[in-house]
Amino acid sequence: MNETLKLLPAQATDFAGQVDALYLFILAVTVIFTVLFFVLLVGFSIKYRRRKRAEGAAEEKAPEPPHEHYTLEIFGGAFLLVLLMIMFFWGAKLYFKAQTPPSDAMEILVTGKQWMWKIQHPSGKKEINTLHVPVGRAVRLSMTSEDVIHSFFIPAFRVKNDVLPGRYTQLWFKPTKEGTFHLFCAEYCGNEHARMIGFVKVISEEEYEAWTGTGPVEGETPVQAGERLFAELGCLACHNPASGALGPNLAGRFGSMVQLMDGTTVLHDENYTRESILNPMAKIVAGYAPIMPTFQGQVTEEQLGHLVAYIKSLATPSTEP
Amino acid sequence: MTSVTDTSASPPEKNYLNEKITVSSWLLSLDHKRIGLLYLISLLVFFLIGGAAALVFRLELLTPEANLLRSETYNKFFTTHGIVMIFFFLIPSIPAVLGNFLLPIMLGAKDFAFPKINLASWYVFMAGGLLGIIATIAGGVETGWTFYTPYSTMYANSNVILAVSGAFIAGFSSIMTALNFIVTIHKMRAPGLTWFRLPLFVWAMYATALVILLGTPVVAITLVMIFVERAFGFGIFDPALGGDPVLFQHLFWFYSHPAVYIMILPAMGVVSEVISCFSKRRLYGYKVIAFSSLAIAVIGFFVWGHHMFVSSQSTFASLTFSFLTFFVAVPTALKMLNWIMTLYKGSVSLASPMLYAFGFLGLFVIGGLTGLFLSTLGTDIHFHDTYFVVAHFHYVMVGGGVMGFLAGLHFWWPKMTGRKYPEAIAVFTAIVIFVGFNLTFFPQFQLGVHGMPRRYHVYPEEFQLLHIFSTSGAMVLGFGYTIMAIYLLWSLKFGQKAGSNPWDARGLEWETSSPPPTHNFHQTPVVRQPVYPYEAPSVTAPPANDSPEASHG
Amino acid sequence: MADSHPPYLAHHFEDLEQQKQSATLGIWLFLITEVMFFGGLFLGYIVYRGMYPEAWHLGSGKLDIVLGTVNTVVLIVSSLTMALAVRSAQINRPKACANYLLATIVLGTAFLGIKAVEYSAKFFPGEDAAYVLIPGANFFLDSPFSNGVQLFFSFYFTMTGMHAIHMIIGIGILAWLYVKARQGTYHEHYYNPVEVTGLYWHFVDIVWIFLFPLLYLIGRH
Repeated sequence: MNETLKLLPAQATDFAGQVDALYLFILAVTVIFTVLFFVLLVGFSIKYRRRKRAEGAAEEKAPEPPHEHYTLEIFGGAFLLVLLMIMFFWGAKLYFKAQTPPSDAMEILVTGKQWMWKIQHPSGKKEINTLHVPVGRAVRLSMTSEDVIHSFFIPAFRVKNDVLPGRYTQLWFKPTKEGTFHLFCAEYCGNEHARMIGFVKVISEEEYEAWTGTGPVEGETPVQAGERLFAELGCLACHNPASGALGPNLAGRFGSMVQLMDGTTVLHDENYTRESILNPMAKIVAGYAPIMPTFQGQVTEEQLGHLVAYIKSLATPSTEP
Repeated sequence: MTSVTDTSASPPEKNYLNEKITVSSWLLSLDHKRIGLLYLISLLVFFLIGGAAALVFRLELLTPEANLLRSETYNKFFTTHGIVMIFFFLIPSIPAVLGNFLLPIMLGAKDFAFPKINLASWYVFMAGGLLGIIATIAGGVETGWTFYTPYSTMYANSNVILAVSGAFIAGFSSIMTALNFIVTIHKMRAPGLTWFRLPLFVWAMYATALVILLGTPVVAITLVMIFVERAFGFGIFDPALGGDPVLFQHLFWFYSHPAVYIMILPAMGVVSEVISCFSKRRLYGYKVIAFSSLAIAVIGFFVWGHHMFVSSQSTFASLTFSFLTFFVAVPTALKMLNWIMTLYKGSVSLASPMLYAFGFLGLFVIGGLTGLFLSTLGTDIHFHDTYFVVAHFHYVMVGGGVMGFLAGLHFWWPKMTGRKYPEAIAVFTAIVIFVGFNLTFFPQFQLGVHGMPRRYHVYPEEFQLLHIFSTSGAMVLGFGYTIMAIYLLWSLKFGQKAGSNPWDARGLEWETSSPPPTHNFHQTPVVRQPVYPYEAPSVTAPPANDSPEASHG
Repeated sequence: MADSHPPYLAHHFEDLEQQKQSATLGIWLFLITEVMFFGGLFLGYIVYRGMYPEAWHLGSGKLDIVLGTVNTVVLIVSSLTMALAVRSAQINRPKACANYLLATIVLGTAFLGIKAVEYSAKFFPGEDAAYVLIPGANFFLDSPFSNGVQLFFSFYFTMTGMHAIHMIIGIGILAWLYVKARQGTYHEHYYNPVEVTGLYWHFVDIVWIFLFPLLYLIGRH
């Protein structure tokens, strides 16, 4: 039988199974209501059909106008609302899950551009339009775009998120099944949108370790590349642990709340890091002078990803220099 | 246009069609009925263009490879289909054609409050439509009808400015029509025509006009922002300057989601009239249907964010929009309930307008219920931007909007033209269209479930089977529309003369002749009966003992 | 209810009262659409002002506050003359009505003239100017906030430009009214067009009353 005639597509994560359970629940509600509706529609049309009058017979009495009370509407509406709220809360629960990657997730950088997906693994290994991931391990994708809006979609995992220029978005999954699955761009991005596709290859942990350590590796992991850039671009001159440094020390900072000059606080996350590199005046840390120059145009999207990865790695005290 | 005037030249009685027959008497007519017909003719041309584009790209989708259209051409075809069908057919369809023709008559008025604005709206619409056509002929547009930034402003290599200007201008015509509707409903009702004696079509038009008035200006300014960014290089949504492309999506959907209600509320109004007539009964829960239209119009303005669950809007925003979206389902479901309950203990006849109305009910119930999969956050992650969405909105907008339009067109065709169309062929066609529609779009739900994304001209092979179903359905659908065009045109010349009330319906429009005289009524009617008085015989002269102030039940 | 239709009562209305009420409701509905139209721009302005307050501060400081203030006064006075034109028609003084309309036209044109001076200072900053404030490829400002300032000026030109287009349309309608008023068309029984145009003119005025502080004053606390 053709794959697409099956009720459900392949499930390759636990999350996919949970989405499908909700899907089947809504499907059941939908089918029941649709069938009921069609039965009533056809049933009433037959039962109360207009009968032909015999020639010369007295005119048929018109049907009574309906009563003006709303019992049916009130109870029908309330019952429906209960069903709808079940869907809402169930759906919201899954959405939260999809938005919250586990803290031990392996991080892979994804950059979309017309019309390809550029992917870099923690080992530094790069690939295009194919994503190798080990089975049984949570993976978090940190995604951005070099041009227009794209959307990273893996049907078998039931996950999707738009990939935007100028900011980072994320996606996570934990494959439970080895195999090859479709990877699509779901947001229309121009002429070759339909060719911005590829495959996700879920392989065993050992295969992944073997794969990720071979091939055209630049010799640097994203974190190492970020560390090198951090030195090359002169960031270290101000952002260092010495007292009286011109910029805040970034060690242990990522993931915490930062007190700003104007009294507000902001979460130091990927997008804040990115903004601070490209647009340093936007949100200045309390106690420091607004003197950092912008690095807009001096770093590529890829290098930016590396810098962010490095600063992120500083959050864990063990990697602190 | 000329064929309309020709056929009606014979009856001796003066009516709006034969009073003057020069071209300028049509093009400069302030008569709402003639303007309605001008709209009808122009909209059918747009429908033909949009439909033809759809048939071409459906043919391309017959195979997984690009063997009919190149990617760029394919993208231009689906963009043309979307822009033409939404901005130049569906949004104006029922209001500009049936609303224009019927509203003053249903209100017992001689015309709209602002007849000149009404005529101007048609010219403005045609100007917008012309720009849209020029944009297509001069090389096309490939942004999709949604014009998402930064693609549309910085990367697209096509006539975005022309298309955006066309949609912008067409928006003015919507606003003019809506303004006329609201003022006329408030100020021009015949004596005795209280709010709860208004036909539900009028209530639906009122709710629609509210949505148009509040929504259209927002999309207008959004299109202006696209325009200045693309034409002058201003940065408004440009991420390189720190602009936010997602802000565009918020502004765009603030109009474009309610726009769905601009398409569907009028169809609900039509269906209410038709079901009432062919059940010979006042509608069950008249007030519920009337107020649910307003409720849909109002709630519809607070759900736009459900188009952006995976667009990186905040989790809290997504939760709010999902929650509110479920509340649109309630008034919609109540309408369905009321329509079904009208049949119960009614006297049902399945004439062609009723069959189209049933088509509306059957398709819209599927369209509405599949919306639940998309308003639920957990499942929308998967379905967003797949064929599931495509199928869902076609069930709503074509299954609902177009079927409603066709039901109304068949119902009021004898009134508009004074002629009857061949009933048996119309019944057959209604069935062909229903079958063709389902064959086209039902497989697309399954494509979406299996992850087939929208706007792909090539696709992995396993999707081909369902695409073949869909394309064959599109051909059946095209065939159905063609037969309809033939028998409706045929009826203009050869159709049986329709009396003033061929369906034995109730309502002011059935109390005047078919086609109506230029000023609609020979004297201002006085309304003395509750709405839909099917239990009483049809009136030409209302009973004198009942005062206009009498209770309306 | 008037049995014989006076020439200024359109045939499809029953009486003057119905005609007047329809026109008034119509213009108010139209003004609601205008609120939504400008509302979209204001929303964008507010979002970006929240994101880039310093840039907004800096951009606002680059505007000519003197010309802005003069223009505000000019526009408020034009609203007064407009109101007086409506009043003159109501109390049956068609000639005064025409004169006040003319005064409104002159003031409206003066506003646009001053605006043109302001625009041209931005468009032609001179060879050795330290900055170019027209958004687009040539935009130049030596400031770490230059991107945000460019956004500010995109909004400045779009908002004031949309406002100016409304002014131009308003002046066109006023010119037509002026011609009609000179012929004595408007009097105590019939002054709908003047009143309705007046409401539109006041609305355009109010939009400016919002634009002025948001664009010119916000950087000067």
